[in-house]
Order: sequence, then C-alpha cells, then structure tokens
Amino acid sequence: MSLAEYKYQDIIHRCFRCGYCKFPTDWDDVTNCPAYARYRLESYSTGGRLWLIRAWLTGEIQWSQHLAEIVYSCAACKNCVEKCPLSFHNDIVNMIIAAKNEMVELGLLPAPVKKFLQNIQLHGNPYGLPAKRRKAWMDGLNIESYHGQEYLYYVGCEGAYDTRAQLAARAVATLLLKTGISFGALGNDEACDGNEVEMLGEDGLVELVAEKNIKNFQKLGIKKIITLSPHAYNAFKNIYPRFGGEFKVFHYTQVLQDLLDRIKQDGQSAQGAKVTYHDPCFLGRWNSEYEAPRTLLKATGFQLIEMPRNKRGALCCGGGGGNFVTDFLGGSEESPARIRVREAHATGATILAVACPNCLTMLEDAVKVEGLEEELMVKDIAEILIESKQ
Amino acid sequence: MIELDFNEKKCLACKTHDCLTKCQYLDLDKDAAGMEMQKIIKGEDSHVLHDCVTCYACEEYCPMGNHPFYLIVSRQEALGITPLPEPLIKRGVQMGIPFRGDPEIEEVQGPVLNMGAFSDLTHLIQGKLFEGLTLISTDPRKMFHYFCQLMYLHYGRISVINERLGKIIQTFAFHNVNQVIHFHDECYGAYTSYAPAFGIHVPFQSVHFFEYLYHRLTTLKNDIQPLNFKVAYQRPCSSRLSSDKYAFVDKIFELIGVEHVERKYKHENALCCGGSILGQKRAGSRALAMELQRKNIQDMKQAGAEFCVFNCPACMLTMGKPVAENQIQPIFMSDLCRMAVGEKIT
Amino acid sequence: MDPIYRALAEIVGEEYVSDQPEELFTYSKDLGTSEPIQPDYVAAPKTAEQVSRIVRMANQKKVPVVPLGGGISLAGLALPLRGGITLDLKRMDGIIELNEKSRYIVVEAGISHGKLTSYLHRHAPHLMHSEPGAPPAATIGGNVVIHGQGDLAHPYGFNSDMINGMEVVLPTGEICRFGSCAIGSGWYTLHPLPDLGLFLGWSGSTGILTKISLRLFPCKKIREMDIFVVEDEELVPDILYELTHAGMAEDLVAWSQEIPPYGNRLHHININITGDSREEMEFKRHLMFDIRLARYIQDGVGGIAAVSQDIERPQISKSADWKKGGGFEYVGSIMPVSAYPECYRRGMEISIRHHIPYTILGRVIGSAHGMMFSYSYAFNRADPETVRQAREALHETDHMVLEIGGTIWKPAVYGQQLVMERMDPNTLQLMKKVKTLLDPNNIMNPGNWEVN
Ligand SMILES: Cc1cc2nc3c(=O)[nH]c(=O)nc-3n(C[C@H](O)[C@H](O)[C@H](O)COP(=O)(O)OP(=O)(O)OC[C@H]3O[C@@H](n4cnc5c(N)ncnc54)[C@H](O)[C@@H]3O)c2cc1C
Repeated sequence: MSLAEYKYQDIIHRCFRCGYCKFPTDWDDVTNCPAYARYRLESYSTGGRLWLIRAWLTGEIQWSQHLAEIVYSCAACKNCVEKCPLSFHNDIVNMIIAAKNEMVELGLLPAPVKKFLQNIQLHGNPYGLPAKRRKAWMDGLNIESYHGQEYLYYVGCEGAYDTRAQLAARAVATLLLKTGISFGALGNDEACDGNEVEMLGEDGLVELVAEKNIKNFQKLGIKKIITLSPHAYNAFKNIYPRFGGEFKVFHYTQVLQDLLDRIKQDGQSAQGAKVTYHDPCFLGRWNSEYEAPRTLLKATGFQLIEMPRNKRGALCCGGGGGNFVTDFLGGSEESPARIRVREAHATGATILAVACPNCLTMLEDAVKVEGLEEELMVKDIAEILIESKQ
Repeated sequence: MIELDFNEKKCLACKTHDCLTKCQYLDLDKDAAGMEMQKIIKGEDSHVLHDCVTCYACEEYCPMGNHPFYLIVSRQEALGITPLPEPLIKRGVQMGIPFRGDPEIEEVQGPVLNMGAFSDLTHLIQGKLFEGLTLISTDPRKMFHYFCQLMYLHYGRISVINERLGKIIQTFAFHNVNQVIHFHDECYGAYTSYAPAFGIHVPFQSVHFFEYLYHRLTTLKNDIQPLNFKVAYQRPCSSRLSSDKYAFVDKIFELIGVEHVERKYKHENALCCGGSILGQKRAGSRALAMELQRKNIQDMKQAGAEFCVFNCPACMLTMGKPVAENQIQPIFMSDLCRMAVGEKIT
Repeated sequence: MDPIYRALAEIVGEEYVSDQPEELFTYSKDLGTSEPIQPDYVAAPKTAEQVSRIVRMANQKKVPVVPLGGGISLAGLALPLRGGITLDLKRMDGIIELNEKSRYIVVEAGISHGKLTSYLHRHAPHLMHSEPGAPPAATIGGNVVIHGQGDLAHPYGFNSDMINGMEVVLPTGEICRFGSCAIGSGWYTLHPLPDLGLFLGWSGSTGILTKISLRLFPCKKIREMDIFVVEDEELVPDILYELTHAGMAEDLVAWSQEIPPYGNRLHHININITGDSREEMEFKRHLMFDIRLARYIQDGVGGIAAVSQDIERPQISKSADWKKGGGFEYVGSIMPVSAYPECYRRGMEISIRHHIPYTILGRVIGSAHGMMFSYSYAFNRADPETVRQAREALHETDHMVLEIGGTIWKPAVYGQQLVMERMDPNTLQLMKKVKTLLDPNNIMNPGNWEVN
C-alpha cells in the first residue's frame, strides 16, 4: 500500500486541533490524553498527532523514529473519540491505527513495536516467552482443559505469563469454579488474541492470529467465552466477527455479577475500608461496560469512592496500544500510570481496584515507583472478591 | 389544485358550533360562534382569527366531521392575520428547508417507522417493542426530507404545507413503503387528516404510533409487569387530528397497569403545552403560556400523578423541565412501555 | 550540542524541550489561515522562574521568545514570525488560591478555561469566571492578553477588565507583580496603585504573564438561554438597548448566518438568564419580554423563538467543520452597538463576494457600551484555494472594520499594520518607547505590534 491509499485521506484534514480531545468528560484538566499528559507537547496530543500524520501523508514531513514514536505513543484509549464534538469523532483512533498500518507496510517501525509483533508471530505472546509455558498460571488449580464445556475461560498473554497478572487469572478461575458453571481453559493451546496487534496496525498478523484462533475455537465447539482481559474481550467481540468468528463473549465481571450469590466468601469484612475503581479503556470506552465491575465491588462491602475522572472520562493507565510492553509512555513522573495512582491515592482509598491485567501491572508498578506501597494496593476485582466477605 | 374540502352546508346545519363554544381559549356562546364561523367561511375578518392560539382542538370538537381549524388557518393566511410575529414565521419556514443533500433512499420491506423530523430521538426506539421494524429518517442532517410540515398550522402558512407536502410524500414513495408507522402524532395527522382534507394523494397506509405500541404490547403480554404508577398524559395538539386513535392511550395504560389519573385537563379538555403560544403576537401570550403550564402541572400534581407521559417531543421540550421541577417524572410513552416489558431505559 | 538547546534542556528538563522536525512542524501551524512559520525550539516551562531564566538566556543569545497558550487565537499571534523559541505555557496550569468570600482566584496563566470552569464547578459552584466561547483548551493567560470577552461580558466587560493582579516575566527576565499582590497583600485588586498596565493587548510582545488573579462572579443555580428573533437588522441595536436597560441578562449575543437556513437573513439574539429560583427567572423574563420587548412582539417584528434552553459550560463549538474542512478564522472587531446593521450588511457582502456562506455574530460588552462583532470564514484545510479565499475575505474585512469606525480585535499582523497606520502618531511613538524600554533586544514575540 502506498501512502496515497491511506484510508482516511478524506477526513484527516478536518481535525481543527481545538483540543477537546485532551479533556475528560467533566473538563477537569487537559491531561486526559495519556500521551499528552506524559509529554505535554502539542505533537503528542491527538490533534497534533493527526496533523503530523497528515503532514507525513502529504510529504510535508518525512518519516522518522521520533514521528513513529509519537504515533505509537497513542494508547488507543479512545478519550479523544469520547470528547471530539465533530461528526468524524468515531474514526479518530482508526485514523491513527491506519497510519500505523502504513508504517507496518513500509517496515518503518520503532524497535519495541517490531519486537512486540515478532514475538507474537514467533511465540504467540508479546514477551517472547515459550508457548509451552503458557499454562503455568493454572498450576495447582483444578481447571479442566476445554472439552466442550459451556464456556471457554480465556486468560490472554498477560494473565498467562506476567507473574502479577497470573494471580488475577487464578483469582478469576477460583471464582468461576465456585460458581459451578461449566468451563474449561486452553492451557498451552491458547494463543494471543491479537487485540494489541490490531492497535499496532499489523493488519496481516491480526488476520492470521484471528483466523487461527477462530479455527481452533470452532474446532473445539466453543460458543461462549469468558475473558480475563478487556483487551481480549474487545478482540473477540469486535474484531473476530470481521473474520467470521461469532462468539458470545463476556468479561468475567459480567458473568460474576449475575452469580454473586454463588460466590459468597467469608473472608475479611471490609469494615468501611475504601476502594476506588479504575475503568479499563477496553471495557469502558470501547465497550461501554461501566456497571458490572462496580456491582461486584459494591457487593464486597467496601466503600467505593470514585476518582474524579471515571467511566467515560477515566484516565487510561497508559498500557494500551501495546504500551504495556513498548513503553512509550513510561519513565516519567507524568507517566499516565503514575498520575493515575496519585489520583487514586488522593481519594483516600487503600485499594485501587482494576478489572484488567494490563492496568493491574501498569498501576502496580506505578505504585511502587511512587513509593505508595504502604498506602495503596492495586488489586484485581476478583482478588478483592476472594479476600472479602459478602 | 390543492384545496381544502370544507363543507359550508354542514357548518350551517350544525346545532352546537362546538368548534368555538368548546374552545378553551375563547369565550363564545353558540350564536356568537355561529356568526363568527360564517364570517370566517365568507373570508371576512373575525376576532377568532386573531385570538386563535392554534391548539388544533376545534378539529376534534367539530361534530360534523368538517375542518374548522384548517379553515381558520387558511383564512389567517389569506387575510394576513398570522398568529406569530413575522421573523418567527420566516425562521420556521426556513427551518424546514433541507440543506445537507438528499437522503439515501433504500427500498424497504415490511413495516416502517418514520421518525419524521425527530431523527435525534432514535435512541427511544430500542428493545423488543421495536424489533423487526425498519426506521426511516434516522439522519438528523436529512430529516427535513421527511418533515410532515404540519407545524406551519401554527404559523398561518397553509401554503407552505401545500407546496412541500407532495415532495415529502414522494420521498416516502421512493422507499416503496406501503405501511408507515409514524413516531409523531403530527405526521400521522398529516397523512390521515390533512392530506385527505386537501385532496392530496398519499400512496401508503399510515399507522398511529400508539396503535402500533398497543398491538406490540399485546403480543408481549407475558412480559408485562404492571407498573402501578399514577400517570398524567400530556396530550399534544396534533392528537386532535386523530381523535379516533386517542383511545389507545388508555388502552396502553390499562395493559401496562398504570392509572391515568382523573383530572380537569384530560381527554378533550387537554391543555396546550404552551410551546406555540409562547411566541405569539397577541399581548400577554408569553404570560398565558406560563399560566397554562402552571395550571396544567398543578392539575397533574393535585391528581397525584407520579409521571407525566409525553408523545410529542415538542411538548416534552417545553414541559419536561417544569414537570420534573414539580417532582413529576417526565417520560416518553415508548419508554413507559419499555419499562413495562422489563427493559431498562436510559 | 546546540548551546540554546542545551540551555533550554537544563532549565526545563530534556523531556520538555525539542528541536525535532515533528515539534517544529506542529508549532509552526496556527489553526487559521496563517502561513506556517517554524520556531527553532519548543520548550514547555513549569514555573515563572524557568520562564525568567529562558528569557534571560534568550536576551544573551538574541533569540526571540514567543509565548503560547492554547494556540487557539486563530490570528497567527503565537507563530514565531522571526523564529526562535516557542514557549508552550500550558504546563503552568496550577490553581494557587481560591478566595471565595473575596470572589477571586489566583491561577497560573497557562491553565485552560475548561480546567478552571471544572474546578469552580466542583469547589465553588456558586462562583464563575467569564468564559469565552473558545474551545476550553484556551488558556486564561492567552485570553486576557488579547482582551478576550466571555459569557459575563454584558454585566462586567472584557475579560481583561476582570484582573485583580498579575505576575509577569518582563522581556528582560525580571519577575514583576502588579496590584495589591505587589505590596505583599492578597491578590484582590489591581487598583489603586500607579498604572503599569503595559501587558494586555500586546499579543505577548511586552512580557509573559505567569500568574493572574481573576475576579469571580455569582454563579446562579438555574442557567438558561432564551432566543429573540428579528428580521430587520436595524432593530437589533434597539432591542439590545432595551435588554441592557432591563439589565437582567448575563450574556447577550446577536448572530445571523446563512447555514443552517433557519438563521439566514434573520437576527437571533441569545439571551442568557440565570437565577436561583424559578421566581427570579420569571421576574427577569417578565421585565424583558413582557415589558421592554412587548411592543416589538405585538407589532409582529420580533418574537421569542425559544426559552429555557440549557446552557452548557464550557460551550462546545463545532464551527470549525462547517465546510467539512476543519478550518475557519474570523475577524473580530470591537464596535459600537449602533453599528450592528452596517456590520451585518457589509460582512454579508464580503462573504458573498468570496463565495463563503456568511456567519456573523456580535456579543454585547457592558451595558451595550460596545460589541465584539465577528465575521467568520470557513475553509477546507485540504483545499488551498479555499484557504486563500478565506484569507482574502479576512483582509478585506480588516479594512472594512476600520472604514466603518470599528477597531480590530486581536488583529493578525496584517490588521495590526492597518491599525497602526491610523494611529495617532504620538500614541504610536509612545507604543514604540514602551516596547523599546521593556524589550531592548526585541526578543519578545517580535513582529507583533511592531512600530516601524
Ligand atoms: C471557535 C472559537 C471561538 C472563540 N470564541 C472566543 C470568545 O468568545 N471570546 C474570546 O475572547 N475569544 C474567543 N476565541 C479566540 C481565542 O481562542 C481565545 O481568545 C483564547 O482564549 C485565546 O487563548 P489561547 O490560550 O489560545 O491564546 P494563544 O493563541 O495561545 O495566544 C494568544 C496571544 O497571546 C500570547 N500569549 C499567550 N499566553 C500568554 C501569556 N501567558 N503571556 C503573554 N502572552 C501570552 C500569544 O503569544 C499570542 O500572541 C475563539 C476561538 C475559537 C477558535
């Protein structure tokens, strides 16, 4: 594909760069675009990025490593889509992904992105870890392999490999076991869902990954999927139908909210302890699920305090669009994850609840860097459910 | 030639002149009413032409099946006695001009729901009550191609309606529709009352929104949980053009288990929301509109209404806020029905 | 390494400075019709001290410094006409002090209007500042520097009349304070000390505002907009006279535009009304509509088109995309209200000549002491021909504004020259002296308000 075929040629010039895209729903600050919050230069705002992409397309500027980093610093959090008042707003993130498509096509990628994509191609995960270690997260749990149960429980790459996210994957599995629903997991046969591949603009690989998974799912007779990660949820729900994969997809919070009576725990009583909840972009803005996680949290007896930026206006942890690995937004006091944990801390909550393994690792790392480990714990909702008393 | 089919003889033979004696905004006895109607028929000036608030009700009150309201508006225009100030008329007339290109026309199969000039309300058309319907006029930029134009009855501009309605009907015809459910009373009135009265051919059959809702609800009877609310209904002016369908309001209420509270301004005595009176030229119009709203809401309150049900988005726009400020919840009929079948409304 | 870059990096931190083509490109562009001009460096300071150090360094190196806020003024006012360092001030966005009882707030100049509105909404819902109709990313500093006007212009005047104190980094680097804050008292008044108001209206060419104390005003619970419409433009000044006599409105804006058609050749007057109770609202409406405007209604020449419309703050503007082309620019002018009919007619003529649907708008300032009258021209950013057309229309409008006795508001350099051509020579000389005195090396946003 040549640049002249860029899909959004007809609309990309329509961005006025008014800056609405920087704000959360209540206009609280210009820092709700994670990349802009991190760098605070106009080039990193959505408007700046769109103008740069257009300049690249028209030849006003040339490709450079820096340009690619600016484009790839977009976490695909959709805050801009939410805030832009113009009629093309739904296409803003698509315009950025389309520019990444071009860069992929031309082989002009920042090294970490290249590595990310290669790892998925070679190992089925972005970390480059062996596929045969994928089932490590299940060790010691009594989880059946998938063999025609009602649901597939899909954990995804973070849940499978990241040691912290594994705990969340296990917590969800424990709760699912408790509900008594019939489910199985794929263990080493699980492969990357491809959501981030799509966000990184590697169309060909998305197709490959999706088709392989779809074929596998169909062969196994899988109809319903429960995901640990909102990213996988988004992939199965919104990307796979493009390749003929139609499944009933649930985020685990959606399943559990209807089965609360079956997972009653007698852990510790919350005793008025405060928890705040960070909306993951791929559950919230991408898929409009704001209530299921909150319903679960409220059931734990904790006092749920909202951060000023929540739901449609939530600040992204900065991990989206592959950034949990490529890390174009890290390394600064103003990294979105650090801003977010400071915001969480300011609510007076002692627990920062998440519903995404990506957010979990991003925010937990940020808590450490901020030196807040004593005051704020990052926990997946499933972990909170297990430890608390309902 | 588009001309109002108004039968003078019927009017002469009328024993009651309900059209004007029942009018809630004029004070006329039978004789005076007869005399004023005669003046109007002859094309002479009458104070009625000046004092009419354009509530459409005489169209319903007329026991002879004549069209007193259409006649009044025709005469207002002919004599230059328009109820509204000129700039508002110009504004209104210009409002209905489509300006963002032609709509994409697709042939449609099966029943169609016409949103008319309320394309931005498609979020109301959700859930099982509307499954299987094809919506037309869903793009706010193109909605004036589906605008039934009857609004100009408030503007003393029969000529604008007559000039444009044919083109609008043509747009529907392009879709090749044969049965159209109209979201708004006013569209329904345009194609079932106004068009026949003026001899305008309508090549499709129209279904009233409430009739549709009622039948749909009966098929979903098992899903209905009686709501047990006390409700008032804000009857819009255009409902007067389809009195025969008004009964569906109570039929729906009965089906979904809500009580339509007894009150003074109910059924035939419904009060105008004030939206069209507010801007009229007559001295005191704004104050009158406010007073009507106050009386109307007071009446709902006294009758213990918890909800005020609307069908007309214009009524909702003028009265929704004051109703809510009086602790009565404003709600669209469709949303009320959706609640009854267990759906969450947003 | 480039010594200027190194100095900047040392002052603001490597993260917040760039001389890369991507940033230089981004900051070379204004949102309006101006031709792009690249800076040599972009830096985003966090404190007044950093600004001061940068300015001192720039004096040594004789390199221009161009302050930039939201960059939304449209007239190319923050383009680096002579290159140099563009200072993006938006990291200076703190809220320093809210004094509710004395109704002021001290903020850093780079704070956005959106953030301030949101802050007040949360922490002092009964107080508000005058918010311009600009996108909420516009900064408080950028707005007062160009004498902006907002939604409290009718009762309280220009936004730059609402300043209780300021901190300014002079072009030579000193940090100065003005108003009561200068003598160590609170930031509650700009008067009555000797007048040193040399920083407003200069497009940032006499100093960089770093802190501003802004007056706050009562924010009533109910906020609604009513709309009155007339067809005859000659009536608009009369209607505004009546409405300002009643003094019940919070904002008065008259507008007319070709698209959408309902606004074509008609004059809509948006009237913002606020109150703490329905009784207060009704009292205000009664005074305005039933008393002051009754005769226009009864004569059939004016009418109430809408009432009780909700007002959103910040306001959302979609005006940039009229041509599906992502661009528009306007000439703003400050006019006597009586000039409305002529402004409208002449503006429409220019639009017709340049094949652009006309859009004009006038916001009342004070008790109809003046009006900010704007002529907007939409263009398609991807079509240079339409950009050229709009630019020509803008230039023609600049001339017209002066011809009919108006003053150009936040003029682009083109308009600045026209204004200075007409300026009283003694005044012009004083401007030159002031500029030379404050900015001996002419490093501060050079090219703006430059007296030849
Ligand atoms: C759709 C739209 C509607 C608008 N409506 C209005 C309106 O209703 N009222 C109104 O007043 N304006 C309006 N504007 C114009 C403009 O956007 C605003 O005035 C805005 O507040 C300018 O602020 P800014 O931060 O964007 O300034 P910038 O464009 O960044 O800067 C403006 C000028 O001030 C200088 N400057 C910026 N910050 C400082 C500082 N701290 N110290 C010294 N100099 C500085 C810059 O060098 C430049 O010369 C509108 C613009 C648009 C696009």
